[in-house]
Amino acid sequence: MRSLALALRRHPEWMVAAVLVVAVVTIGLINPVFWQPANIFSLLRASVITGILALAVLLVMLSGGIDVSFPAFAIAAMYLTVRAMVAWGFDGVLLPFAMATAIGIGLGLVNAAFVHYLRMIPLIVTLGTGTAVRGFILGVVGTSQINIDQMPPLLINFARQDLFTVTQADGSPAGLSAMVLLYAVIALLVHLMLRHTMMGRSIYALGGGEEAARRVGFNTRRTTFFIYGLAGALAGFAGLLHGAMIWTANPRDMVGLELDVIAAVVLGGASIFGGRGSVIGTMLGVLTLVVITNSLIILGVDTTWQRVVVGLIVIAATAATAWRDRKRIA
Amino acid sequence: MTAPLIELRHIGKSFAAVRALDDVSLSIGRGEIHCLAGENGSGKSTLIKVISGVWQPDQGEILIDGQPVGGLTPRSAIAHGVQVIYQDFSLFPNLSVAENLALSSELQEGRKLVSWRRVRRIAAEAIAKLGVDLDLDALVETLPTAGKQLVAIARALMSDPRLLIMDEPTTALTGREVEALFRVVRDIQSRGIAVLFVSHKMREMLEISERLTVIRSGRVVAAGPISEFDENKITRAMTGQEIAAEGYRWNGDPRGKPLLEVAALSIPGQLENIALRIMPGEIVGVSGLLGSGRTELALTLFGMKPGYQGRVRIDGREVRLDSVQEAIGHGIAYVPEDRLTEGLFLTQTIDRNMLVTSHDRLSRGGVMQGGRAAREASGMIREMAIATPTGDRPVTQLSGGNQQRVVIGRWLMNDPRLLILNGPTVGVDVGSKAGIHRKIRELAQSRGLGVLMISDDLPELVDHCNRILVLHRGRLVSDTPAAETNEAKLSEMLGALA
Ligand SMILES: Nc1ncnc2c1ncn2[C@@H]1O[C@H](COP(=O)(O)OP(=O)(O)OP(=O)(O)O)[C@@H](O)[C@H]1O
Ligand SMILES: [Mg+2]
Repeated sequence: MRSLALALRRHPEWMVAAVLVVAVVTIGLINPVFWQPANIFSLLRASVITGILALAVLLVMLSGGIDVSFPAFAIAAMYLTVRAMVAWGFDGVLLPFAMATAIGIGLGLVNAAFVHYLRMIPLIVTLGTGTAVRGFILGVVGTSQINIDQMPPLLINFARQDLFTVTQADGSPAGLSAMVLLYAVIALLVHLMLRHTMMGRSIYALGGGEEAARRVGFNTRRTTFFIYGLAGALAGFAGLLHGAMIWTANPRDMVGLELDVIAAVVLGGASIFGGRGSVIGTMLGVLTLVVITNSLIILGVDTTWQRVVVGLIVIAATAATAWRDRKRIA
Repeated sequence: MTAPLIELRHIGKSFAAVRALDDVSLSIGRGEIHCLAGENGSGKSTLIKVISGVWQPDQGEILIDGQPVGGLTPRSAIAHGVQVIYQDFSLFPNLSVAENLALSSELQEGRKLVSWRRVRRIAAEAIAKLGVDLDLDALVETLPTAGKQLVAIARALMSDPRLLIMDEPTTALTGREVEALFRVVRDIQSRGIAVLFVSHKMREMLEISERLTVIRSGRVVAAGPISEFDENKITRAMTGQEIAAEGYRWNGDPRGKPLLEVAALSIPGQLENIALRIMPGEIVGVSGLLGSGRTELALTLFGMKPGYQGRVRIDGREVRLDSVQEAIGHGIAYVPEDRLTEGLFLTQTIDRNMLVTSHDRLSRGGVMQGGRAAREASGMIREMAIATPTGDRPVTQLSGGNQQRVVIGRWLMNDPRLLILNGPTVGVDVGSKAGIHRKIRELAQSRGLGVLMISDDLPELVDHCNRILVLHRGRLVSDTPAAETNEAKLSEMLGALA
């Protein structure tokens, strides 16, 4: 047991990989429809938004904090951007994404300021900023949903692209969304940043011990602002991508999504105490969560059970990591 | 005459109402080994933090190479060649040994990218400099205390400091490791590097240092070349009184019912066929080199090695100790080695840290009896002479030695029958060391508490135990009455085993 705990501490990815394999094999045995390209592709597509948001949460969790404001930031960035595009009659891809990302960064820096200067607990800060931002959007900007008929067409077409299409056994086509590639590229960049830059290592160091990080000479303020700024950027970007992928900009969207995303990150081996976690683990965690929750339908389980399943995954994953990270007794 | 390497002039520093440093002046020459002594809470760590730029002094100035350096920060102190090994090591438990070693130099060089090859190379060099063997890929949190400390030392040595400050570097090391450390210290001294050394062990101070400064309640009370001091003089300066040690005699009935009886205790690869008995009121010392199985023995008795082979009897009744709950249920208490990092809930108050093991006892119907709990906690703060105005302060505000007393006090509150102490006074100054020992003796004599005391501090064992066991490679190799042995004999015996 001890060496298992040790191995898991070093390579938590194996654990979630094993869970994923078991889940996939079981689901595939119960209903072979699972293995159809259309289903696989749709699962991959469904993990894009959760995945990018999970990367944002991973950054914050690595540093020892937790973020629950990102769905609000994502929606704010998306709704403000789309409203602006509609109002100004502008259509495009690059500029809107730049705007959404910038809004995310700005909001993320607010989180960072509270966490760093006021030494507030990240959970409380992000609960507050998240709620405030949602309130602002609904109260000041608007509550009306922007539907497909008003959505900027270039934006929608961008998110609609497929990487390739295959013809399934029954002759119907199935395409793999190009957004999956986009997600993979973002994940790779975050991975390289975490693994191979001093900034990335300073995030781990901060999670290992803030005082120790300061003593070694890390600029913890810069690191904190970087973490929350980048998390905000990822949230803003993911928000607009989400709107483009579902062809609607709904200011009430993504409510309760934080739990799913945090569940995925913890499932991927990140420690709720900070300092431990990886991009690859997080991606596997996201995929596992998406596979399990989205397969309930083809397993013939009522979708109302979906929330129960998410809750159970959170509990099981946190229990497993807590067991792994348990301290020797005092 | 050249200016000293570093000079402190009339330094003062207060924390709210606590005057931690008061008009402290001190100078350290190039290549000098300087020892800083003082009781727990006298301000040693605070002084170090002032030199290393963690705290800004309220009064006074710091000169390096004769030049005043105002507003020292951790970074600029490092740039001036000041390196500190803190009492809590300040390592990153979640990172590998290699990365812990390489991070600061990568940072100093202003690198933006990490090359893992270079990290390994830097780390390997650092380890080689210290002349020890460490697994570079191990996560630091998986290392034993001594290993963590070696990493911290190796890391500090890497940047070729001009002044190396060590806050109680030897407290968690075994005799042999201390010797190895002293060799390194002398070696770096020969390269012209000064060392400021904090220790509670007289022998070490006298052996290694050239100059000594003693502080008491934040003031310098004695300073000078080491040749002007002996143990008594240092003790007197530190405490303002003399402390004489007299050995512990147990005068119970040897044919009485043993409190603890262990027979044929084995854990494959860790312990082999251990037999021992502890009578009520006995204080039994356990010595042995690192890896001798002493800690494993303690952990087994505390229920942390379920599935051990062999028999354990308490008060003549056979029991199994397969969980910590069972062990506590049988009146066994364990104070671990690494109290500083493992035993305390650092974000909590002193009171809460005291009371964590007493919740069941102090609650009625699941509700904690607040008044009684507070009374008991403050009683124990007084008994253990913990230097704090009230128990509702965060435990982090206490000095290292006082934090340790909190952990010991916590276990004493539950009236244990058998108290297992792993390094009971590591990092505790002479004055409070005597206090802790007095308390342990008193409990042994008046209430028949049995004590198993694991320690590397041989004089401590000789002076405070009535019997001393020596373990080696998991086996009990000697069991002698303390009166029949002494420090020299014991250390000779351990030396022969090494
Ligand atoms: N951050 C802090 N806030 C408040 N008081 C503090 C703080 N740090 C230290 N003190 C107080 O300053 C005094 C000196 O503490 P310091 O840690 O320097 O003692 P020390 O000599 O290192 O003792 P030890 O041998 O126990 O480590 C103590 O009374 C301590 O309680
Ligand atoms: Mg100290």
